[in-house]
Amino acid sequence: MKLTRRSLLQASAATVALGFAKPVLAQAIDELVIAYNVNLPSWDPTVGLSGVNPTLQGFYQTVFDQFILQKPDLSPAPGLLTAWGWSDDRKQVWMDVREGVKWHDGSPFTAEDVAWSLVRVAKPETGSPIQFVWGTLTNHRVEGNRVIADVAQFDPTIFKWMYFLTGYVLPKAYYERVGAEGFEAAPIGTGPYKVEKYERNAFVRLKANADYWGGKPEFDTVTIKFVTDAASRVAEVESGNSHVTLEMPYEEFDRLKGKAGLAGVAKPISDIGMIFFNDIDVMTDPNVRKAAVMAVDKQTIIDRLLSGYGVAIDTLETPDYDAYDPSIKTPYDPEGAKALLAASGYGPDKPVKFKIQTTKGFKPKDYEIIQAIVGLWRRVGIEAEIEVYEIAKHFELRAADQLAPAAFYNWGNSVGDPTTSTGFAMYGPSPHSVWDGQDVIDMINPLWGEADEAKRIEGWKGVSRHIAENALVLPLLQYVQPILHDARVKVTPHASGALLPHLMTRA
Amino acid sequence: MLRQVLLRLVTTLVTLFGVAVIVFVVIRVVPGNPVAMMLPPGAGPEDMARLQALYGLDKSIPKQFVIWLGGVVQGDFGTSITTRQPVAGLVLGRLPATLELSVMALVIAVVWGGIVALVGTRFRGGRAEAAIDVGNGIALSVPDFLWGLVLILLFGVLWPVFHISGRVSPSLDLPFVTNFYLFESVIRLRFDLWWDIVGHMLMPALALAFPLAAIVAQLLKQSLKETMHLDYVTLARTKGYGETRVILREALRNAVLPTLTLVGVQFTFLIGGTVIVERLFSYEGLGNMAIDAVINRDLPLIQGIVILFAVIFTAVNLIVDLLYAVLNPRLRHA
Repeated sequence: MKLTRRSLLQASAATVALGFAKPVLAQAIDELVIAYNVNLPSWDPTVGLSGVNPTLQGFYQTVFDQFILQKPDLSPAPGLLTAWGWSDDRKQVWMDVREGVKWHDGSPFTAEDVAWSLVRVAKPETGSPIQFVWGTLTNHRVEGNRVIADVAQFDPTIFKWMYFLTGYVLPKAYYERVGAEGFEAAPIGTGPYKVEKYERNAFVRLKANADYWGGKPEFDTVTIKFVTDAASRVAEVESGNSHVTLEMPYEEFDRLKGKAGLAGVAKPISDIGMIFFNDIDVMTDPNVRKAAVMAVDKQTIIDRLLSGYGVAIDTLETPDYDAYDPSIKTPYDPEGAKALLAASGYGPDKPVKFKIQTTKGFKPKDYEIIQAIVGLWRRVGIEAEIEVYEIAKHFELRAADQLAPAAFYNWGNSVGDPTTSTGFAMYGPSPHSVWDGQDVIDMINPLWGEADEAKRIEGWKGVSRHIAENALVLPLLQYVQPILHDARVKVTPHASGALLPHLMTRA
Repeated sequence: MLRQVLLRLVTTLVTLFGVAVIVFVVIRVVPGNPVAMMLPPGAGPEDMARLQALYGLDKSIPKQFVIWLGGVVQGDFGTSITTRQPVAGLVLGRLPATLELSVMALVIAVVWGGIVALVGTRFRGGRAEAAIDVGNGIALSVPDFLWGLVLILLFGVLWPVFHISGRVSPSLDLPFVTNFYLFESVIRLRFDLWWDIVGHMLMPALALAFPLAAIVAQLLKQSLKETMHLDYVTLARTKGYGETRVILREALRNAVLPTLTLVGVQFTFLIGGTVIVERLFSYEGLGNMAIDAVINRDLPLIQGIVILFAVIFTAVNLIVDLLYAVLNPRLRHA
């Protein structure tokens, strides 16, 4: 063979290509690779910012078990606790602990672990941000296979928190032996996967827990790469480097889900988009608030900006939540909005003016949605000035009750209880609420400790109706989570938004 | 010379102190309280106060600064709010990844830019130089993150030969004791690992290198052109040396000095550029960590990263100045 410069270059290029090329889309998937949209900063699911970050719960639920299992439709099911309840006088709680479960290091899981985990998250010095919930239980004790605790303050949602933020069971003996730092370096749980390797800001490699009480997961090895850039995540799946990814622009999702070898699933999750109204300036005028709500055509916004991926909502309760009331409606009515504004002396020629704050790029099309709403408002006589801010600023302003008269936010509530949606978002004294109306506070106050569940839920529906009728907030939509995956993988989405590898099987 | 070095060291310390003060104050003054971000539904003002105290944010800013500075003097940069790990360990653990990426990008940029400049000088006035100028213009006008997206599309999706994300394949067992993976894989003669690491680094390194290569090429070509008109170069030609030899043996040594200074300055910008590029390629370096720290308002981690970047910037500038003095006799004997 004659060696020419051209043939040498071609041979070199081919060598490089073959050398780096990876086996793309092999016939059978041995190792499942997931491109996740966030980094995992900490392995302790009960402390600090990580403990209350909903996007990290998928990692935690893969390695650890919560006290109570939450099914993909958000309903509770027996997990490490097989049964639970209150004493008749609501002075005690009891929890029966599953037998035969092992920690990832092979040691037996016991009721002591459950009691210790409950005590630990109730201690302020651990850095538990949910201490105020867990602190309502005291005097934890183990009696055989049952954990009992006294109720210091009755909270009807306490068992819901056992499958919500920080509601995880950690290994008492192991944690006490290795300490917080050792646990971060080598975490163990009772969950479906064991941590084999973890590179901060890069990936976590997991091995299936063959002894998992819920049955061994289908994929023996799972690698979760932390790919925070949406374009890179899409490229990961498109190139065959990853098999599953989530959260990408809906246009990209629609483009790729029909591509050969790829598939997609998009289901509503428990997150909602909403606009807070702060009871300051013009927002104290009910006509202005009602007009602002009536002027927004939510379905058109969902169709045009989110490619139809979203569910229009009229209260802060989605159809999956316990206190959802389909009879509460706030219809799109621009003429009605104009009439209300006219009654307060405003109109297209003399618009009412206020500021609206929003993030840009924090949630899908957040800024564009607000632009569209401002456009719709303008037609009826509302002139809103948009201020873009970072989500960190939103949290600080909201906690200080200093948000603008209108402010966009997304609210997650994966347990679907009205206290953790309408309750904390609209209860004046809460640092999450900027609406301070006494009428709402008075309606909500008796519901915090209502022991009759049916009465409690009906009470919250009444609160939602009052809020809707008085336009104290502008609920927009329930988000839909796009999951793009290799066609050889079957993905079961979880309505909480957590992407869970043990819910994935071979198609 | 020694006096100059000592003087530079003192000014460097003053600079670092100034950076520390500015960063410390600015990130506490701008809106975005980390404790407000971790407040769950149902938390009350007393929970906020408890967490503020837990993270030492309940004290005045000057008091917080004094406490932090006292720790820094002893090598304790505090504890990250999000990871609950010592900041010094976190940033020093990620530094090697960023340094390796930056050095690889620098080497690519210098070699590429140097070759382009030499070719442009050798064939100056012709089509080759015109093509090089157009290529340089494109390389300069497209930002590094956009080059990254182009590379991902070309070599990650359409012709998937390089890895799109990460620093090393998760399935590989790493025997390394340092975080200088590329360097250590060579030392250990583990060329399988070296190959995998390079496969991960090439695209982000190229994305960073393209704009810098264009700058190097432009400046070196311009310097070479000017040098080619000097008397000693003309003398070399009259001795009968070929044009290529004249460029390489005679002109290059003098022409390279301004480029060296520029490369030093640009290297610091290149390290700054890793923030976006590392994010795009999910490369586990300081830049990627910095973005997470800012999003989460992890104040101790932001401080640690900025201080480290400042140390790198001042150190690189110091090294370039010293190198320039060594290479330039007029400065050496000044």
